[in-house]
Amino acid sequence: METTFISPNLWPALPEMFLLGMACVILVADLFFSDKQRVFTHWLSLGTLAGTVLILGAQIDNPDIVTFSGMYVADGMAIVLKLVACATTAAVLVYSRDYLKSRQLFQGEFYVLILGALLGAMVMISGLNFVSLYLGLELLSLSSYGLVALRRDDGVASEAAMKYFVLGAIASGLLLYGMSILYGISGTLDVLELAAWASGAELSAGLLLALVFVIIGMAFKLGAVPFHMWIPDVYEGAPTAVTLFLGTVPKLAAFALFMRLLVEGLGAMHSAWQAIIVALALLSMFIGSVVAIAQTSLKRMLAYSTISHVGFLLMGILAGTAQGYQAAMFYTITYVIMAAAGFGMILLLARSGFEADKLDDFAGLNRRSPWFAAMMMFVMFGMAGVPPFVGFYAKFAVIWAALEAGFTWLAVAAVVLSVVSAFYYLRLVKIMYFDEPVDDAGELEVAADSRLVMSVNGLLILGLGIFPGGLMAVCISAIS
Amino acid sequence: MFDNFPLLSLVIWLPIFGGIAVLLAGRMGDNAVRWLALAVSIIAFALSIPLYTGFDFTTAEMQFVEFAPWIEALNVNYHIGVDGIAVPLILLTTFMTVLVVIAGWEVIKDRTGQYFAAFLIMEGLMNGVFAALDGMLFYVFWEAMLIPMFLIIGIWGGPRRVYATIKFFLYTFLGSVLMLVAFIYMYMKMDGSFSILDMHALPLSMKEQILIFLAFFAAFAVKIPMWPVHTWLPDAHVEAPTGGSVILAAIMLKLGGYGFLRFSLPITPDAANVLDTFVVTLSLIAVVYIGLVAIVQQDMKKLVAYSSIAHMGFVTLGLFLPFMILANSGGMQGAVLGMEGGMVQMISHGFISGALFLCVGVMYDRVHSREISAYGGVANTMPVFASFMVLFAFANTGLPGTSGFVGEFMVILASFKANFWIAFLAALTLILGAAYTLWLVKRVIFGDAVNDNVAKLEDINKREFLVLALLAVAVLLFGLWPAPLIEVMDVTVQNLVEHVMQSKL
Repeated sequence: METTFISPNLWPALPEMFLLGMACVILVADLFFSDKQRVFTHWLSLGTLAGTVLILGAQIDNPDIVTFSGMYVADGMAIVLKLVACATTAAVLVYSRDYLKSRQLFQGEFYVLILGALLGAMVMISGLNFVSLYLGLELLSLSSYGLVALRRDDGVASEAAMKYFVLGAIASGLLLYGMSILYGISGTLDVLELAAWASGAELSAGLLLALVFVIIGMAFKLGAVPFHMWIPDVYEGAPTAVTLFLGTVPKLAAFALFMRLLVEGLGAMHSAWQAIIVALALLSMFIGSVVAIAQTSLKRMLAYSTISHVGFLLMGILAGTAQGYQAAMFYTITYVIMAAAGFGMILLLARSGFEADKLDDFAGLNRRSPWFAAMMMFVMFGMAGVPPFVGFYAKFAVIWAALEAGFTWLAVAAVVLSVVSAFYYLRLVKIMYFDEPVDDAGELEVAADSRLVMSVNGLLILGLGIFPGGLMAVCISAIS
Repeated sequence: MFDNFPLLSLVIWLPIFGGIAVLLAGRMGDNAVRWLALAVSIIAFALSIPLYTGFDFTTAEMQFVEFAPWIEALNVNYHIGVDGIAVPLILLTTFMTVLVVIAGWEVIKDRTGQYFAAFLIMEGLMNGVFAALDGMLFYVFWEAMLIPMFLIIGIWGGPRRVYATIKFFLYTFLGSVLMLVAFIYMYMKMDGSFSILDMHALPLSMKEQILIFLAFFAAFAVKIPMWPVHTWLPDAHVEAPTGGSVILAAIMLKLGGYGFLRFSLPITPDAANVLDTFVVTLSLIAVVYIGLVAIVQQDMKKLVAYSSIAHMGFVTLGLFLPFMILANSGGMQGAVLGMEGGMVQMISHGFISGALFLCVGVMYDRVHSREISAYGGVANTMPVFASFMVLFAFANTGLPGTSGFVGEFMVILASFKANFWIAFLAALTLILGAAYTLWLVKRVIFGDAVNDNVAKLEDINKREFLVLALLAVAVLLFGLWPAPLIEVMDVTVQNLVEHVMQSKL
C-alpha cells in the first residue's frame, strides 16, 4: 500500500472527466438560453459526445491502464463499449430532438440527465472495484429515474417512474448486500484481488448467498426473468426518447457489470454461478418470446423482445469461455444497434399528439415511406436472427458458445424460441408491408439529420450482417 | 475459357444488384422497371448458359470454383462451385425467372418495382444456395431467400395471404434453425471449418449421424415438402401471386431435394441407410394419400399444389431407394437410376408445375376465380390456351414423350429393383395423377361454356403465348431427348452413390 500521496494517472478517466465537466457547463449554460436558443444545448451535448469519442479514440492505442489504486480500468472492452455507448447516445439525441420539441420536453434537464446517465454507464464499464462499480450504477440509475419522470404531469409516466425507482432501489440494495457479503468473506473490494482470492477459495454457503444476491441485483438491472417486471411498464410509460436511451446504453453497462463482477472477479466460481445463469437465460428467452406475442403496443413488444435478447446474451456468458464472453459482447453491441433503430423509428413516426407506439400506427409504412419501412424491416429481421442481418451472427455466436459448453438442449431450446419470437417480428413487417395506411397518413416528414442517422443505423444492421468479421475481431481482441 | 472469370459469382450477384437497381428505379415508372427487370433476368440466364456448355461432364469435381476469405474471425469463406447436380438447377432458376418476369408484365400494377426486385433478388439468392460450398454461406443464402418470398406472398397474394405467408415463413424457419445447430456441431467437430466438402469426409458416429440427419431432415423435408409437414404448401401456393407460385413450385421445393443430395446423403450416409424405410414410407404416403387428396380439391391452385407434393414424393423416393436397391444387390446401375430419376423428376416438375400455375394464372387474370366450378368449356373460347393446358396436364400425368414421363419411369423402374410393393404403390401415381389431372382438364377445359364469364373469355395474348410456348418446348425437349440432362449429372450421381455406400463408421 502506498502511504504517500501520488497523483493518480488521470488519462484513463479523461473521457469521463471531460463528459462530467461539459455536463456541468451545459447545466449552467442552459439557464441562460431562451426556449428558442435551446437548440444550442442540443448541439453542445452532441459536441460533448464528439469530444468524448475523440478522447476515447486516442486511448485505443494504449489500453489496459489501471488507475486510482486499481479502482478504474481502461481496457479494450471498456473502450469499445464506451465508444458504442457514446455513439448510441448521440443517435438518441438526434432522433429525439423533434419529438421533445413537439411535447414541451425540449429542456436542458433532458440533456443533462442523459449525459449524467451516460457518465454513470461509463464509470460502470470501467469500474474495477465494488465501490466504483456501484457508484457508476447509482449514477446511471438515478439519472434514469429522473428521465422517466420527465413528463411529470403524466400519470402513466409518473407511475412508471415510481415503479422503476422502487424496484431499482431494491435491486441496488440486493446488489450492495451481495457485495458486502463478498467483502466480508474475501476481505477485498477490488475485483482483481477478489479474482486472486476466488481462485483458491472453497465454495461456502456464505459465498453462494453472496453470489445469489449479486446475480439478482445484476439481473434486475439487465432485465432478466424473473426480475423483468419493471421493463414493459417503464418502457411504455417513459417518453419514447427516454425509452430509446433506457433500451440501449444501460444494456452495455449491465453487460460490463456482469463481466467485471462475475467473470473477472468470480470467474473461478464459474461452476457455482453457471446454473443460475442457465435458469435466467432460459426463462428470459421463454417469457420474452411468448409474452411479446400478446402485445399491441410496440414499446411493450420491444420491451419483451429485449427480455428475450437478454436471455440470448446470458447464453454467451454462461458458457464460461472467452469465446462465450466475446459472443455475448458481440450480441450486446449488435442488439444496441438494432434497438436504437427500432425505438428511433417510433420517434420518427411520432407527431405532436400522436405517439406512434401502437403496432397499428405502422400500418402501410411501405406505401408512405418505403425507405424507412425497409430500415424497420432490417431491424425486425435482424432481431429475429434471419441472415443476412447482423442479428443472425449474434445468435449464431451465442448458440455456438452454448454448444461448446455442452448445453445442446439449451441451444435447441434457444433456436426453437427464436422461431417463436420471429412471429411477432414478422407481424410488424406484415403491418408495414401488407396493410394499408390509415386514411390521411402521408409520407414521413423527417429532419435531414434524423434521416441520415436512421439510414446509417439501418444500413449498419445489413452491412454488419454481410461483413460481420470486423466487429467480431474487435470483440475478440477486447476479451481475450 | 472461363478459368479466371467469376462467372458463378456473376450469376449470383447480378440478379441481386439488378434487383436493387430495379428497386431504386421504382420512381421512374412501371415501364422502365419492367424492361430493366427483363434485361437483368435475360442477362442472368445468358450468363448461366456457359455453366452448362463449359461444364466438364467427365468429372464429379466441383467446377467454376471461386474461393475468398469472408469472415476470417470464424474461418468462413466465400467458397462457391457447381457439380452436375447444381448446374441443371441453376439453369432452371435463371430460366424460370425470365418467364416469371414476362408473366408478371401487365398483371402486376401495384408496387411494380418491388415486385420485380423481389423476384430478381430471390433468383440470385437461390443460385447462391445451389452454388455455396461453405455451410455458413449456404445457410445465409438459404434463410435470406425466405424474406423476398415472405413479401411476395404477403403483398401481392390472395385474401388469406397473411396467414399463408407467416405460416410459410415460420415452418421453413423452424426447419432451418435446427439445421443451423447441426452445422455448428459439425463446425466444432472439424475444428472451425464450414467447408461442405470437408463435411462429406467427416467421420461421425451412428448417434451423431442420426441426430444430424434428423436436423437436416427438419429443414429439407419441410422445404420439399414431405407428408406430414407439407401443410404450409397448399396455403402458400393458393395465396401467392402467380409468379410466386411458379417460383415456389419450380425452384423452392427443389431446394429440399438439393439439400438431401448435398447434405443428408453424403454427410450422414449410415443414418440415411438406417432411416431409409422411414423416408420411403413417407414418400409413398405422399404419392398415394396426397394423390387422393388432390382428386377432391375444388380450387385449381390447391389441386396443382397437392399434385406437387405427390410428385416431390417421387423425388424423395428416388433419392432414398438406392440403399434398398443395393441391399437387394440390385447393383450400382439401379441405385444410380433411382437417384437420377429423382433429379430428372425435380427438373421436369419445375417446368410442368410452373406451367400449370401459369395456366391457372392466365385464367385467374380473366375470371378472378380459382374455383374449378367457375369454369367449364374454356376450350370453346380459348383454343390455343386449351391446347397448352392439355399438353401440360398430360405431362403432369407422366405421358411418354413429355419430361414428366422420364423421371417417373426411372424411379418406378428403380423401385422394382428394391421391392415389388414399393414399385406397386409408386406406380399408383400413374393412375392417381391421371385421375386428378384429367378430371381437372375435363371440368375446366372441355364441355360447353358454363357461364357468361367463360363465354366472354379472350384467348391468350402474345406475351402469354411466349411464356407457355417456351415451357412447352422445354417439356417436350426433355421428354423426347433427356440425354443432355442425364449426361450432365451422370458422373456426379455415380460418384455420390459410391460415396454414400461407404460407411463412415
